[in-house]
Amino acid sequence: MSEVRRPTRGSWAVLAFPLAMLTLFFLAPFAIMVATSFYHRIEGGFYEPAFEFASWQRLLQGVFLERTLFSIGICLLAGAVCIVIAFPFTYFLTRMRRRSHVALLVLIMSALVLSEVIVGFAWSVLLGRAAGISNVLVWLGVMSEPAAYQPSFLAVLLGLSYIAFPYCILALYPQLSRLDPELTEAAQTMGASPWRTFWTVVVPIGRPIILAGFLLAFVFTLGSYLIPAFLGRPEHWTLSVFISDQATFNANVPFAAAMALFLTVLSLGVVGIVTWFEGRTRR
Amino acid sequence: MRALKWVLTTFVVLFILAPLIVVAVVSFNQNRYMDFPPEGFSFHWYAELWNDVGWRDAIVTSLLVAATSAALAVVIATPMAFVLRAYDIRLAPAIFALGILPFLLPPVISALGALVFWSSLGFSGRLENIIISHAIFFSTLPLITVSLAMETMDPALPEAAQTLGANPRTSFRTVTLPLLVPSMITGYAAAFVLSLNEYIIAFMVSRFSVVTLPIKIVNDLRYGFTPTIAAVAVVFILIATTTFALFALFGNLLKFLGADPAILERER
Repeated sequence: MSEVRRPTRGSWAVLAFPLAMLTLFFLAPFAIMVATSFYHRIEGGFYEPAFEFASWQRLLQGVFLERTLFSIGICLLAGAVCIVIAFPFTYFLTRMRRRSHVALLVLIMSALVLSEVIVGFAWSVLLGRAAGISNVLVWLGVMSEPAAYQPSFLAVLLGLSYIAFPYCILALYPQLSRLDPELTEAAQTMGASPWRTFWTVVVPIGRPIILAGFLLAFVFTLGSYLIPAFLGRPEHWTLSVFISDQATFNANVPFAAAMALFLTVLSLGVVGIVTWFEGRTRR
Repeated sequence: MRALKWVLTTFVVLFILAPLIVVAVVSFNQNRYMDFPPEGFSFHWYAELWNDVGWRDAIVTSLLVAATSAALAVVIATPMAFVLRAYDIRLAPAIFALGILPFLLPPVISALGALVFWSSLGFSGRLENIIISHAIFFSTLPLITVSLAMETMDPALPEAAQTLGANPRTSFRTVTLPLLVPSMITGYAAAFVLSLNEYIIAFMVSRFSVVTLPIKIVNDLRYGFTPTIAAVAVVFILIATTTFALFALFGNLLKFLGADPAILERER
């Protein structure tokens, strides 16, 4: 809107409801979670108000550090898998004829909204012994008997890549669709092969969005709960699973709260890097 | 390069479709156990979804949660999007950031926040809690769609209404609001579909006393696979694909996803 007006008393009144809802049901729970991380845990699943650093001190212990390093490692790997496939794919996608372009986008958006429950279930069937990919291979005569490929590290990595992949495409799509076709045409008129054009023109221009897409996929997979829980053994659990497990089955809410706050800082840090980087390249 | 294009596209399509196809095949199996190649063909497991009380209750609960929480999300997001774009408010970036923060953070954080919040108030495990938590978490989606609509709206339209004598309230109700309706519907649909699919927040808030469809699926999976779960998955996949296919046919999916306007003009 061109003429932006000064706020009136009425405009604040209109804002009051959304602000009240967000304060009451997002900021207040967050504040209570911060407080809870200092509470004292009583054996048997309860906790009482206190001010102690026991839960925070546990963050420095082996299990948590191990889970954190594992989560960061596998999520960085999943982000890398996503971006390596998604970048060239999205580049090709934006240069397709309209019909296949739209059809592929419908497919990708459908995969995007699928529940992690469904994705986790579908992959566990696909990689399982009963009705999975190995059964197809046995049926074709390639293998002698069916095998199970989950739970395993690779299954978790595949599942995480699967859920983050559509988001990655969505992050790359607006920019890549705006890539001036004259740039690639110019390179090819000068005698560059399409392959060389891709590496020397498209990839350098796309570097900021490659980083943004990669980090977005990383943060997104960091939030996944069901994929590691379904497709991995406990040693493949990420922070999200570990936090939920502490909060529900181990009933150690103060420790879960401390870990959740750590995860908040980690995610916001990555998002901060992305926005800073985007702001810098836009200038 | 041409070859790479087709190899990569085929690979991506197979990667996305493979798990979905396997689930679809299993869901039509006649046998109670998962077999491959499948034995016989039957819709039995789809009928089971509605005939079995447990599944039917979960479906009804999920639809109720999704419908009401998406509506609440739109009611929270629309006034925010309108005021933040129409008025010059110094805190606008901070308020907008507050609006997208719940969705930006890993869902387990909102889930744990809601858990400690409701248990400290003493109202654990109620249906309304899930509705409110989902509404807050997914209000980001209508906030983004309505904000985009505000940005692209021709400012001359509400101005013309006010020049013709409409007071701000009338011009909002008769000009701005009708122009925002499509973006409110898109935001509602996105929040609805994602709420229907959401597990971890619903699970932590419900504390085992409310069972939504994703919770029911996870609970059943603990006792092993059944073809009914596969049938549910197929229904979910069909809902998602139909929604976006309709969007592509009747709305402008490419524009919504942020495509270059030049692409929209190309090869109509």
